[in-house]
Amino acid sequence: MATLALDVLPREASPGRRALRRLRKRHAALFGLCVVVFFVAIAIFAPWIAPYDPLGTSWSAIRKAPSAAHWFGTDELGRDVLSRVIYGARASLLAGVVSVSIALSLGVPIGLIAGYAGRWPDALISRMTDAMLATPFLILAIALAAFLGPSLTNAMIAIGISATPIFIRLTRAQVLAVKVEDYVEAARAVGNPHWRVAVRHILPNVVPPLIVQATLAIAAAVIAEASLSFLGLGQQPPAPSWGSMLNTAKNYVEHAPWMAVWPGASIFVLVLSFNLLGDGMRDALDPRHA
Amino acid sequence: MLAFLTRRLATILPTLLFVTILIFGLQQLLPGDAAKVLAGEDQDPTVVEYLRKKMHLDEPFPVRYAYWLGGVLRGDLGESLRMQKPVTALIAEKLPVTIELAALAIVIALAIGIPAGIVSAIAKGTWWDYAANAVALWGLSTPNFWLGIMLILLFSVQLGWLPASGYVSPFEDLKANLAAMIMPAFVLGNAIAAVLMRHTRSAMLQVMSSDYVRTARAKGLDERVVILKHGLRNALTPIITLGALELGTLLSGAVLTEQVFTIPGFGKLIVDAVFNRDYAVVQGVVLFTATAYILLNLLADIAYFLVNPRLRDGYARA
Repeated sequence: MATLALDVLPREASPGRRALRRLRKRHAALFGLCVVVFFVAIAIFAPWIAPYDPLGTSWSAIRKAPSAAHWFGTDELGRDVLSRVIYGARASLLAGVVSVSIALSLGVPIGLIAGYAGRWPDALISRMTDAMLATPFLILAIALAAFLGPSLTNAMIAIGISATPIFIRLTRAQVLAVKVEDYVEAARAVGNPHWRVAVRHILPNVVPPLIVQATLAIAAAVIAEASLSFLGLGQQPPAPSWGSMLNTAKNYVEHAPWMAVWPGASIFVLVLSFNLLGDGMRDALDPRHA
Repeated sequence: MLAFLTRRLATILPTLLFVTILIFGLQQLLPGDAAKVLAGEDQDPTVVEYLRKKMHLDEPFPVRYAYWLGGVLRGDLGESLRMQKPVTALIAEKLPVTIELAALAIVIALAIGIPAGIVSAIAKGTWWDYAANAVALWGLSTPNFWLGIMLILLFSVQLGWLPASGYVSPFEDLKANLAAMIMPAFVLGNAIAAVLMRHTRSAMLQVMSSDYVRTARAKGLDERVVILKHGLRNALTPIITLGALELGTLLSGAVLTEQVFTIPGFGKLIVDAVFNRDYAVVQGVVLFTATAYILLNLLADIAYFLVNPRLRDGYARA
């Protein structure tokens, strides 16, 4: 009988499903998601999509304006700009995802320890986080990249480390709010060890704001990678990257403006899409924001 | 006030200490023998030995840090190996240029961000609101070095109205100085205007739904007076405090903007130092930036404390 009664009750959708339903109603966020998927697709299938070899130089096609043969024109070495923009998506997306993964894998455990342990570990971690946050994101990334040496890998490490304090602070704040909940008290009361309470009972409940922050952090990381590459501290020539393409393009603005238009427009569209997606996810996962 | 300052300084001092550890610790990232790396490509044995002695590289990390921190506390940030000048002198030389750029950028950001935020809040849900939000999103998503290049393309190459690069001191020729600085300042102010617009919008929305604004309207006051005198004045306090946090964006943005427009400021100093492997300059600039950021935020907190009677009274009672 009891089973029958339960079956009759309307089944409540899980929080994840409800969030997904709310996200589906946000057209701007869905547009952002579609554009991100588009860029991921062109990054993965670059060898099949790109019309030319992104490194292939041609002395007979130096700084040619956009045409049927070269839709986005060619650069100072006769390389096809469209092919380089397509391959450049790889560096940008890779930098975005890898650096945010570094920031998450460092920031979340440290923030969890600070928030859960409290007392001196919290005080120590919080002061260290404040110190990192006091150094502007890009300046810290430039300094780290300078000492590590210029390369895409080091740029990703530098961006990841520079983005870590935001995740430490966010995780700590969420843990402080969650650890006083009744179910955490209950988990502790039945004799679960501390690590189990932290990892199994607290961590899953602090994930939603971290997902939102991670999406917005990818947007910041894409700009940071482009900035470091623009300064010559990221992807090294001749490998294509939107930032390094702009660095070269700034010297040819007068005679070949197309060299600057497309890589910059690509950064803008990708970052805008991540921002739209992040804003939409924040509204969907945190109804108070909607 | 004293209690407030004591409490704020108690958190700032350890933070500053950690900043120095973090910045000095960067040296540990140098691959291999630091003295050889710092000596440059020639790796002249005399220079290597000189550096090893000067920087106490034979000593353990805490001892080296103590020597370095002692120098920092005396105002000695080290010496530029390339330019043979003290780092503090280099910073003092380049800083006024960046301060001018930052000040102009703040003026532009305030002139765009605050009116856009007010309009967006007052006309919530209308096309004005959507347009202001779209502009804010555009400002947040545009890489400022690309915007700089596009502005050069339009105003310097196509129209020929403004110089594409370079810097003229305002004491030499004010008109030429403003012509050279207007594009970089707009590029730098653009992203901050977007953030200010968002803060202004949310603060105004909150304030405009409060009881005292309703009372002001009920008294029959002109709507403009209600918005500017009763609304904006109360919304400004959180806007200023949150706006102060954008100083980091300003300093980071200055590095890229100065690079695009070839402005010989603070940002260009750090980038040139990175390529010259002038690590003392990199460390000095980062330390100076972080300290300035912390102190400017402290000033914003003090301003917030002084203009917010509730916070003041709270401390007076405590």
